[in-house]
Amino acid sequence: MELLERFARGDLDAFESLFRQYQSLVFGWVLRIVRNRASAEELTLETFWRMYRARARFDVSRGNCAGWLRRIATNVALDYLRSAKVEVELAEDPPDRPKPDAVEQSEMRDAIARAVGRLSPRLRAAVLLALVEEEPYEDIAEALGISVNAVKVRVFRGVRILRKELEKTGVHA
Amino acid sequence: MNQREIDEIKGLLKEVLPPVKEELRGDLWPSMVRRLDEGTVRIPWWDWALLAGASLLILLIPGVIPALLYHL
Repeated sequence: MELLERFARGDLDAFESLFRQYQSLVFGWVLRIVRNRASAEELTLETFWRMYRARARFDVSRGNCAGWLRRIATNVALDYLRSAKVEVELAEDPPDRPKPDAVEQSEMRDAIARAVGRLSPRLRAAVLLALVEEEPYEDIAEALGISVNAVKVRVFRGVRILRKELEKTGVHA
Repeated sequence: MNQREIDEIKGLLKEVLPPVKEELRGDLWPSMVRRLDEGTVRIPWWDWALLAGASLLILLIPGVIPALLYHL
């Protein structure tokens, strides 16, 4: 708590301690949303920069620094997704997976990536965090600043849009 | 749409976009320090010189105050 109080008063050493303590957490969270390492590093810095500027508004009595940072990081990541047409990066083909028809597999992967890329940033973040990363709904809700039920609604809407998009391209779940 | 359909989409997504397991490779603090330095407002030396000159002028010739205020 003392560290947070010092940070809120503008102590740079306290900020450095918090930065070193939470940089991995913020990087991992942002990376789960934007799925690009270089962007995630840049957005991690932007998150801490916003945190530093907003230090006077931090509620030290609550002491939930991780939650606060996750919230800022989510806003930073969503701003990034809104500002640029960001392509969803695909994973490499796992070497042990059988490939009956490589072209068909590749087309299906592209279709899914395109469909995810077409989701609005708010829906995309909810879908990726809930279904791919399997983060607890409570954490997602806190990070997005909405209720758990609202997260479920966003995931539901995201899945419905994905199904429609995939059906249009002939991919059936 | 039911839970089974959500699970089907979830399966497809996880196949194409597996969960991220990458860790931060290095310490970002040096980059943060550079960012903080860039964010600090720097006042150029000529602004200080102008302020000093104006202050000296006011001290020596108080009558210029209305003229200075007019030009603000």
